[in-house]
Amino acid sequence: MEAILSFFVAIFFAVSIYLMLSKHIIRILLGVSIFGNAVNLTIFTVGRVVREVPPIIPEALQMPDTITANPLPQALILTAIVISFSFFAFLLVLAFRAYQELGTDDTDGMRVAEPEGEPLPPLGY
Amino acid sequence: MAAETVDISHAMVMAPATAGDWLVVAPVAIPILFGALLLMVRHETRLHSGLAIGGLLMTLATNIGLLARILNEGPQVMTMGRWLPPFGISFTADALGASLALVATLVACVCAFYGLKDIGATGRRYGFYPFMLLMMAGVGGSFLTGDIFNLYVWFEVFVISSFGMLILGSTHQQLDGATKYAILNLVGTTLFLTATAFLYGIFGTLNMADIARKADAMRETGPLVTLTMLYLLAFGMKAAAFPVNFWLPASYHTPRIVTAALFGGVLTKVGVYALLRVLVMLFPDERQVLSGVIAWVAAATMILGIMGALAQSDIRRMLGFVVISGVGVMMAGLALGTEEGLTGTVLYAFHSVLAMTALYLLAGVMNEIGGSYSLHDLSGLYRKSPLIAALALLLVLAVAGLPPASGLWPKVLLVRASIDAGQPWLSFAILLTGFLTTVALGRVYILAIWRQKEAPAGEAAAAASPRIGYAALVILTVPVLLLGIYPDPFIRIAAAAATGLIDSSAYVGAVFPMGVQP
Repeated sequence: MEAILSFFVAIFFAVSIYLMLSKHIIRILLGVSIFGNAVNLTIFTVGRVVREVPPIIPEALQMPDTITANPLPQALILTAIVISFSFFAFLLVLAFRAYQELGTDDTDGMRVAEPEGEPLPPLGY
Repeated sequence: MAAETVDISHAMVMAPATAGDWLVVAPVAIPILFGALLLMVRHETRLHSGLAIGGLLMTLATNIGLLARILNEGPQVMTMGRWLPPFGISFTADALGASLALVATLVACVCAFYGLKDIGATGRRYGFYPFMLLMMAGVGGSFLTGDIFNLYVWFEVFVISSFGMLILGSTHQQLDGATKYAILNLVGTTLFLTATAFLYGIFGTLNMADIARKADAMRETGPLVTLTMLYLLAFGMKAAAFPVNFWLPASYHTPRIVTAALFGGVLTKVGVYALLRVLVMLFPDERQVLSGVIAWVAAATMILGIMGALAQSDIRRMLGFVVISGVGVMMAGLALGTEEGLTGTVLYAFHSVLAMTALYLLAGVMNEIGGSYSLHDLSGLYRKSPLIAALALLLVLAVAGLPPASGLWPKVLLVRASIDAGQPWLSFAILLTGFLTTVALGRVYILAIWRQKEAPAGEAAAAASPRIGYAALVILTVPVLLLGIYPDPFIRIAAAAATGLIDSSAYVGAVFPMGVQP
């Protein structure tokens, strides 16, 4: 099971890195989104996958009597999902606003903060 | 069902938290509390600055208390949710984290104070102060937490608050800078999360003290060098180390000057802190393997950073590159890994937080008096304000690493440490950087302060007297000067931080007082 999941993790990472190498903000953002999911799947896989035994302690016992699924990766992933979702929402709005204001989503054209061909600082007076 | 009495003392914290324990979380809890309070009164904008300054001063007081306690009694721990470590999240404050949190809070206080002038009613209505307080909560949490996933969460807390501060005003420049800053920082923190996922897969724990004591057993089987390299990349991106630092000069000159001051002073140091914590405390042997790589990264960061500064005519953009070269100097100590080198790094971090914030605020004050950030336009500030000329001279000397200001001693320590470690070329890089910094900032001083241009008629009347700016600068110059003239207590704190990193037994012992093996 872990082997299959690792294979998917690899595909996710490859796709996200390919997208993030693009010049267009929207493709970069899609790449970032897939990057986040790749990491979530990684956390899920490294937590060791156990099927069909929920981590619930039976009544009248102090601890589970068999090996159960690991609940911690789920808590970690949930935290990571919430964070990456809110970041992605913010980034989408920011990218859209930048596209409206700057008139381009090509990162080569976004040179407002660092304009090309600036003069050198004064070399003497 | 009859109520059973179960002995849970071997799984839970039984003793109630003492007042002293609360000191560990207070530097995080107070800014969150005040941030929430500020959101509740968001329409009463005239209350904002007072509340923010008050909250930050309270945070500063708890930081001082915490550091004093740590220097007396060793690392302090408070574990959340009553679960015993490593299951509960342990806030673990040692000399390194607490002292950096203290310095960061100090400059945040000064920035909030400078915000009285720089942040108008519009900026307050858009929520500058709540963002600032929440960012400081994130920064404080990063410095004090003892759990690596929790460290990731605090990173995200301060990164997302910094977006809010960066974008405040929504000018074209800011949208451009913030887009690059936001995307690259998100990639950086996601890399951090990737590394943490693998760490969890190898160790099965996220508690840093637990990782530190288990690392020796894992060295044979786990791919720890790869993991350390991933952390180096992720935190290097956050700290703005050379090949992955282009988000910083793209964005740090775009926001209001007080935001830039806070970012330039504090945020990159959180990355450096995380590098120290993970590479030195958790994986010292792996850091030794990578020390050649780190040394080259350090040298490239400091020299290329300061060469970038030499090419800029906008003071704010120049300072962004000076911040980067400072990160390179700090990474030199990380590459050496000796006690002296790490002491130099920690001391340089104190100096850099204070001096970079002061330099950005100085740029703000120069803009208030001279009406520009450009070296082409600024001139004759000496005549308009002798005080600014004096303060600027001191800060230029500080960043260049010349006496009598704060930059001298950390560089002395780092140069000596790299010669002792048999890496004299690294000390040459540090000295060359110091020389080029003197050139870059000395040129600002000559052009903006000494040069006299023929002033167009009627311009002189515009000169205002920026009292708040002067006061903020003087407050920051006092510790800068103190660190230069009487460095002994600061060096002692930095040395305590460095020894705590190299020998983690006190840190581990504070989290696991019984020494129990789970």
